[in-house]
Amino acid sequence: MLLEIEDVSLLYGRIQALHGISLTVDEGEIVALIGANGAGKSTTMRAISGIRPIATGSIKFAGEDISKLRADLRVRRGLCQAPEGRGIFPGMTVLENLDMGAYTRRDKAGIAQDLARVLDLFPRLAERRKQAGGTLSGGEQQMLAVGRALMSRPKLLLLDEPSMGLAPMLIQQIFTIITEINQQGTTILLVEQNAQQALARAHRAYVLETGRIVKSGTGADLLHDPSVKEAYLGVA
Amino acid sequence: MTTTVNPPTPEQQEGIGVRLRHGREAVANRWHHAPRWVRWVLLAAVIVFFYALPNKEFYQYLGPIPTPGANFTQVLFTVSIYVLLAVGLNIVVGFAGLLDLGYFGFFAVGAYTVAVLTSPSSNIKTLWPWLLVVPIAIALTMVSGVMLGTPTLRLRGDYLALVTLGFAEMIRIAAVSSDFLKGQRGFNQIPHPPGKYADGKPFFGVLDARPYYWLVLTLIILVVIGVRNLTHSRVGRAWISIREDEDAAQLMGVPTFKFKLWAFASGAAIAGLAGALFAGKQNFVNSQNFELLNSIIILAAVIFGGSGNIVGAIVGGGLVAYMIERFRGIELFGVELYEYRFLFFGLVLVVMMIFRPQGLIPNRRRAAEFKDRRKEVIVGE
Ligand SMILES: Nc1ncnc2c1ncn2[C@@H]1O[C@H](COP(=O)(O)OP(=O)(O)O)[C@@H](O)[C@H]1O
Ligand SMILES: [Mg+2]
Repeated sequence: MLLEIEDVSLLYGRIQALHGISLTVDEGEIVALIGANGAGKSTTMRAISGIRPIATGSIKFAGEDISKLRADLRVRRGLCQAPEGRGIFPGMTVLENLDMGAYTRRDKAGIAQDLARVLDLFPRLAERRKQAGGTLSGGEQQMLAVGRALMSRPKLLLLDEPSMGLAPMLIQQIFTIITEINQQGTTILLVEQNAQQALARAHRAYVLETGRIVKSGTGADLLHDPSVKEAYLGVA
Repeated sequence: MTTTVNPPTPEQQEGIGVRLRHGREAVANRWHHAPRWVRWVLLAAVIVFFYALPNKEFYQYLGPIPTPGANFTQVLFTVSIYVLLAVGLNIVVGFAGLLDLGYFGFFAVGAYTVAVLTSPSSNIKTLWPWLLVVPIAIALTMVSGVMLGTPTLRLRGDYLALVTLGFAEMIRIAAVSSDFLKGQRGFNQIPHPPGKYADGKPFFGVLDARPYYWLVLTLIILVVIGVRNLTHSRVGRAWISIREDEDAAQLMGVPTFKFKLWAFASGAAIAGLAGALFAGKQNFVNSQNFELLNSIIILAAVIFGGSGNIVGAIVGGGLVAYMIERFRGIELFGVELYEYRFLFFGLVLVVMMIFRPQGLIPNRRRAAEFKDRRKEVIVGE
């Protein structure tokens, strides 16, 4: 297992946002985490990347217990997250943002290679390379966040709602790219409210409800599960 | 959700704002597109101008610039100290985005370190020479910065602002009431910096403020070169990323705590240096030198000039300190304007925050960050 989360709880002050979550991600997989607004999806991501400390449980990455490891060191171990929403650096240009993605790396040749790859995956970013991140459209910012995370050449890429607020055509496009990134060899943990697309693309998926995992299975299984259909796919 | 505070829309901002902006942008453009040698020559001219400025033979031709109510060279020294402080605070506030409300506290630590270790009025009577104590003062301010920063910089939000405010006030109260720091009576006969003319007269004397001003000016130039190099390095990139989005910086592998502490401590060190210079010039240090208002003035100066931009900080610190002194000795309807200096100062700041929140000479990134925040406020995220 590349990522193993066991019985993780997390508190925001006195509010408990996660109640003993367990999930695993195997090398090469796309795993989706779906759930309604406020279910705790972003919180799970924060726990994994280490920007919020967990209260109980353990997080193992590539066999190592990283539960107490500092966030920046987790990036060096090969974990990188594209944060939710406006998580790019607004005052930096597109290229500077991408460069920040490679902050932990020193191999110039490898970085140049990955930059070429990212600009190839996202031609829109290539066109706007000198533009400030904050002046990009919502969709372009999402792409930038994903591209920036790729620049760290992660073993596991964490994506928090990459399709949020995008037009249907762009959603299609970004999911195609996610599949492509995965086929190029990056393992992906994907958080989505857009359950339809996420389940269709994911090998396996978990359903999160008020801080608890209530269901798990292959993407296809959950896509056809009646209760999931009712709650998350808008089918009565 | 929309928040109650609505920033002015771009339309409201048209008018004077736009005209001013176009003027400044034209200047900035011309500067950036000028050939390298032109820029060097201009920069050299500016530097020569400021070295020449405290000479009466020169400034008497500068019309209204010399201050009527105070000795102009003394004023220039004060202004130069404020510029040095603004450059230092700009690292903390402008680059790393940390709100430090008690920056003057570090200035006090620097000045008092020099006072305690050099003055004959000190309890410990070490009577060390000024030059020896300067590095000690800088080191001590850095240590106090690290001690203050270590517990607070891990926390998010406004803790730092509160703690720094408390720190400066603590130093002030200690200065007022502790016997060791001598309160109002203060420390006298603090030695001057070393150096003699060929005829044996000391270079740094009592009456002439010019040598001190030149010394501070030289140090400002050195500090600016150092800060510039730092901001163009990995350290600078880390600071900017923290300021723009601390969580995202962490997600990209930036050890945010370490870099915040670095910014905070380097800023403190510069304030310590300024304090040591001040003590060496004044000859006398007492508790009245360290009012809370000074911290606020420097912070306002940095924001006024354009936080995140070194030139902005220099201009802000210089203008604010100069304007305050310029009001001295000017009477209007029988009241001295100097009495109302902070009222004007407040008014200017309010107007600035409405029409030009990014400061007089903003940093390109900062401007984009402000636009971005404005969007966020309007969207009400
Ligand atoms: N910084 C925070 N402080 C307090 N509560 C929070 C914070 N962030 C999220 N929460 C709460 O934790 C729960 C889960 O939030 P989140 O993980 O953002 O949900 P999701 O990403 O699934 O929409 C929600 O009830 C939310 O209100
Ligand atoms: Mg979320």
